[in-house]
Amino acid sequence: MARARVYVTLKRSVFDPQGKTIQEALVSLGYRAVADVRQGKFFEIAVDGVDAAAVKPLVEEIAHRVLANPVIESYRVEVEG
Amino acid sequence: MRVGVVVFPGSNCDHDTYHVLKHVCGQDARFVWHKDDDLAGLDAVVLPGGFSYGDYLRTGAIARFSPVMRAVAAFAKRGGPVLGICNGFQILQEAGLLPGAMLRNRRVKFLSQPVHVRVERDDTIATAGLTRGSVLTMPIAHGEGNFFLPEADLDSLEGEGQVVFRYTTRDGRVTDESNFNGSCRSIAGLCNRERNVVGLMPHPERAAEPELGSADGRLVFDALVRALQAA
Repeated sequence: MARARVYVTLKRSVFDPQGKTIQEALVSLGYRAVADVRQGKFFEIAVDGVDAAAVKPLVEEIAHRVLANPVIESYRVEVEG
Repeated sequence: MRVGVVVFPGSNCDHDTYHVLKHVCGQDARFVWHKDDDLAGLDAVVLPGGFSYGDYLRTGAIARFSPVMRAVAAFAKRGGPVLGICNGFQILQEAGLLPGAMLRNRRVKFLSQPVHVRVERDDTIATAGLTRGSVLTMPIAHGEGNFFLPEADLDSLEGEGQVVFRYTTRDGRVTDESNFNGSCRSIAGLCNRERNVVGLMPHPERAAEPELGSADGRLVFDALVRALQAA
């Protein structure tokens, strides 16, 4: 069983209302050094019955087609091992 | 006129939309289940508001893979009128039938309140015969309605005349305060280049009878009927 991780984040050029709200909350909690927060999504995907070489292309396809919206988000795929 | 109202798991404005089309506008409205992939015999399709598939991944992200969406895409390509309201708008964006994407509202909160939108076009299937510059009052109810498109694409969107509604003050002025959710250029609704696919975030079906505080929403459905009669 292979394991892949997918990180989906808003593109740098896209305003992140949740990240901004969290950053402001952290500052108000006294963490004045927090200059910026960007919130994203993290997926851990277990893949079974696929050749090792095919895992990354498969998960890339899933990330591109379903997990991320390319209009506003970018993604990064890591495969374990 | 036969209008299909698509029902996804999690749609919650489907019955309101059906009611307005059938009982207020007197049209032959019928429900279309999201697993149906045949729109034969329909003159127009409405994707109603709600929380399709719970919107768990992203708004509209799973609904756009429903069998009915292949049929909706083919219907739209043939020039068939498609109207997406709120979640229906988001589904049309995810399906690539309308440009852009919705971010969380700029102050993160879910917004449920009446808004004023200015009619920017009178040549779409949802605004045919309306007066450009007139202002409609309808409610919004969304957490993700903050329209986003990169600057260059916004310019081409405006150049192609695809902006259909903008959030404004009651007297039709675009201001930062009237742009509740932070949408790029106060855009509340838009259309494809061919004008036969329209999406809007406000809910015309919730403001289509005087008893509901505003009957302005009816104008959108009347425009749809008018557009079909003209076609």
